[in-house]
Parts: sequence; structure tokens; C-alpha cells
Amino acid sequence: MSSVLSQDFFQNALLAGTFIALACGLVGYFLVLRAQMFTGDALSHVAFTGAMAALAGGYDLRLGLFAATIGVGLLLGGLGRRGQPDDVVIGSVFAWILGLGAFFLTVYTTSRSGSGQGGAGTTVLFGSIFGLHGNQTTLAVAIAGAICVLILLIGRPLLFATLDEAVAAARGVPVRALGLGFLVLVGACAAEATQAVGSLLLLGLLAAPAGAAIRLTDRPFRALALSGALAVGEMWGGLLLSAAFPKLPPSFAIMATASAVYALTFLVRPRRAARSVVIAAQRTAA
Amino acid sequence: MMLASDVSSPLFSWNLVADFQDIWSYAFMVNAFRAGLIVSVVCAVVGWFMVLRRQTFAGHTLSVAAFPGASLAVLVGFSTTLGYFGFCVAAALVIALLGRKGRANGAEESAVTGTVQAFALACGYLFISLYKGLLEGPTALLFGSFLGITTSQVTLLAIVGAVVLAVLAVIGRPLLFASVDPEVAAGRGVPVRLLSALFLVLLGAATAEASQITGTLLVFALMVIPAATANQLTARPGLSLLLSVLLALGACWAGLLAAYYQPYPLGFFVTGFAFAGYVLAHVVRRGREALERSRERGPVAVGLGGAA
Repeated sequence: MSSVLSQDFFQNALLAGTFIALACGLVGYFLVLRAQMFTGDALSHVAFTGAMAALAGGYDLRLGLFAATIGVGLLLGGLGRRGQPDDVVIGSVFAWILGLGAFFLTVYTTSRSGSGQGGAGTTVLFGSIFGLHGNQTTLAVAIAGAICVLILLIGRPLLFATLDEAVAAARGVPVRALGLGFLVLVGACAAEATQAVGSLLLLGLLAAPAGAAIRLTDRPFRALALSGALAVGEMWGGLLLSAAFPKLPPSFAIMATASAVYALTFLVRPRRAARSVVIAAQRTAA
Repeated sequence: MMLASDVSSPLFSWNLVADFQDIWSYAFMVNAFRAGLIVSVVCAVVGWFMVLRRQTFAGHTLSVAAFPGASLAVLVGFSTTLGYFGFCVAAALVIALLGRKGRANGAEESAVTGTVQAFALACGYLFISLYKGLLEGPTALLFGSFLGITTSQVTLLAIVGAVVLAVLAVIGRPLLFASVDPEVAAGRGVPVRLLSALFLVLLGAATAEASQITGTLLVFALMVIPAATANQLTARPGLSLLLSVLLALGACWAGLLAAYYQPYPLGFFVTGFAFAGYVLAHVVRRGREALERSRERGPVAVGLGGAA
């Protein structure tokens, strides 16, 4: 196992994974608090279609990822009054978008038949963190780091706007701009994390650490920090697990660790309503 | 860019009778149409109740459970049908047991659902990657294929579909009552919680059925889009239910026809046609509303509403 740990691909994965997980943990906390998990779900499906469209058109996969997720994030935020359109509408739209992704997947695989690229669809769906090259790692670290810095910069007003929109607006907090900016960050985070855990599993990295943090503490900024820390810890745990057992795909190992930690928090503090978190957070923000 | 349609596919000759005979000469196409009929009727009816009960996120999570089910069945060598039904119904029972009464802690509920969903998919991926044999890749499980539907599968689909519809016919009225106004229904002695659990199991069974046609990621489309479309067009429950069955059937059969002539996945065509109908219904409703508004405003808008 120690031989695996010193390999380049593993160190790349560890470096990029740390920053991606941190970004997911921070963004996910606000996503859970704002009850926008379904939007996160929709964006993860959009990520697949965007990546496949870019590949089918012969562009870099990342271009499609970022353009599609950020664009649809803005669209969802612009359509709904609070960035939360009806869930039936979201459901209908993303079901179709996923079908479109299947179309681009076929276009791509048939146009490149014989060149050994048939697995591209599976890679986008389920991620390939062990396949990152040196410069991809640098870029992933830079983008995920930027997302973290931005979310920390807007953290305080965003929290205020999330918990008490009316009061925040009255005190001059730009609620709508913050909501849109947040969805852009979610989109960028979804695009970046797709390379690590894949577009289908992304939702777990957004939901599980944040859900666990909310169960463990009432104080909002402590929960935000805890969510980020848990996500990073779970990423490391998953990577080590899949290094120790090469049969386990890294995406599965990361997701299993995250789900296990979340399940444990149910044993530690059972039967606590999330409402008390919101009340405690409102007190802090006011 | 070379399009996939350049690869050999049967050609549409515009001679409808000949085309029909051509399609019908293949047993797999006949089976696909039969299976499509069963699946769309069951999905549309169950999906209509799902939209009414605002359980779209639960529906999506159940549809995801079909993927680990099918891939585990492939891994251990059982029939995929068993995997689909086992996992979907089990997941429905889990959600029914964990389900809260109120919507008070929606934030936490969505975090749980999101985690369960991602973990289920991760398990499916693990099973796929452990499988050493020949598998055309997970894409067929995820996005659907109609090539492998056998006659015995169609029989099974018909039996399960009939059971689901029969149960739904029995509980339909109280379920409608419990969905529209749970408090009053509970007050009058309707077993709301039992009905809700039973409905989730029916949703799981319908999902398992449809997964075999549209693939596990696109089942949701066949459930939610026709119902959403029908609700755009009419407010009357009976008519809306009938309309969503017709729309689902239309999308499914049109999708099968298109997938026969084009090499793209079936799931793409089914979702594409269903979504086109949804957009069209949206436009029709908006137009109708604008017309009514202009009529109310009086003779100024004669140009638009004058004919009526």
C-alpha cells in the first residue's frame, strides 16, 4: 500500500481531492440550509449533459462542464423568485436534459468508434480521480480554492439572507444578487467535483458532510467549518480505502465513507429537529 | 463530426404499410411495443398520483435504486428483473419507514435523500466494476435499451402492471382524499400513513417495471413529465389522469419508432418527445390565459378573441 501512496497519481488525487472536497463541504452546507438540494441534483445531471455535448462537439470536456452548470445555475436562479422553481418543473426539465446527455454520449462514442474512448460516458458519470494529470491537478486546486475563498467572503451576508430574507433585504443586503452568485458557485463546484466523484455521485459529497455537520452543532459558522473538515476527512478516508483495496473504485470508497459518517451522526444525536439549528443560526446572524 | 445516423440503420420509406410490416416482422419490436404499452399506462397512472402528492424527489430516488439492483443481479448472475423489483420495493419500504409526518425539517430530509441517492448509485458502480464478464457497459442499464425484451418478460410486466393498477383502483379514492387534504382525511378515519406506505411500494414496483425500458436514470421522465403536461391542460382529475396515460403512451411508442430508425438511445427519444409535449402544453396554456384576459378586457382586443 505504501508503494501506492508515493505514486504520482495518488498524490495528485489527494491534492485535488482535498480542495474539491473542501469546496463541496462549504457549498453543500449552504445548499442544505437553503433547502436547494433538488437544484443541486438537477445541476449534477446538467454536468453530465454539458460534458458529453463538449466531447461530441470536439471541445475540452471541462469547457462543457463549466458552461452548462453555471449557465443552468443562473437560469434556475433567474426563473424562480428565490432561485427555487417548482419541483415538478425542475424534475421535468432535468429528466429531459439527462436524455439529451444520452444522445450526446451516443454521438460521441460512435464518432470516435475504435479509438478506445467508449468509456468516456462512464468516466463522467462516476468520476476518475486517479486519472488526474499534473496540470489538471493544479487547475483543480486553483478553481476549488477560488470557490472556497469566494464562499467565505460572501458567507456572512449569505447566511443572513438565507435565514431571514426579509430582514436582510431591509438592512440593505443584496439578497437576489447573493442568491444568484451562490448558484454560480454551486455550478462551478458541481463542474469541478464531477471530475473527482462523477456527476451522479456529486450530490452525496454536497449533502452528506453538510447533513452530518448540521446534526452535530447548532452554531452556523462552526457547522460550516465542520462541514468542510468532514468533507476533506471523508475524501482522505475514501482515497486511502481504495488504495488499500484496489478493487474498490475511489468514487465508491469516498461515497461509502461519507455515508457512513452521516449514518454515525444519527447514532450520536438521535431525534433532533433541524428547526433548532435554524433558530440558533437566526440568533447568531441577527 | 460524423453523426451516428451514418451508421447502418433501417430506412424509413414513407410507405407506412411496408414500414409497419417491416417493424412487425421482428419479434423484439413487437415485444418492445407491448412492454411500452404496459409500462406507459402503469407509469402514467402512478406518476400522476406522485405529482399530486408532491413526491417527485422520492420518486427520483426510487428510480435510482433500480441501478444497483440491476447491476448486483448481473454480478451475482440472477435475472435483472429480480434485481430491479427487489431493490425498488425495498427502497420504497425504507423511505416509507423513515418518512416523517410533517415537512418541518425539510433541510435535513433532503440531505438524507441526497445521500441515500448518491450512495445507491455508488453501490451500482461498485457492482459494475466488480463484474468481470462481458457487459455492454453501464450505459444500457442507465439509459435503456429495448433490444433484449423477451416474451416471458412481457408476461411478467403485464402481471405486475395489472396488480399495481388493481391495487391502485381499490385505494384510489381514499388515496386521492389523503393526498389532497391529509388532516381532514385522517380525522374521518382514513388510514393516511398506511396508504402513503402502500403508495410508495406501488411507486417502487412501477419504477422497477419502467427501468427495463427507459433505463434507470430516465424512468422519472415517464412518470413526471406526462402528469405535469396533463396538469397544464386541464384541472379535472379524471380527464387529467386519462390525458397523462395517453401522453405517456404516445411518447413511449413514438420513442420506440424513432429508436428503431435511429441509432440513438431509446431513453433520449422518450424523454425528448415527452418534454416537447410539456413545452407545447405550456405554450397552449399561456395562450389560452392571454386570450381569456383579453376577452375580459372587452372589445379592444377583438382582433384576438373576436372569432369566439
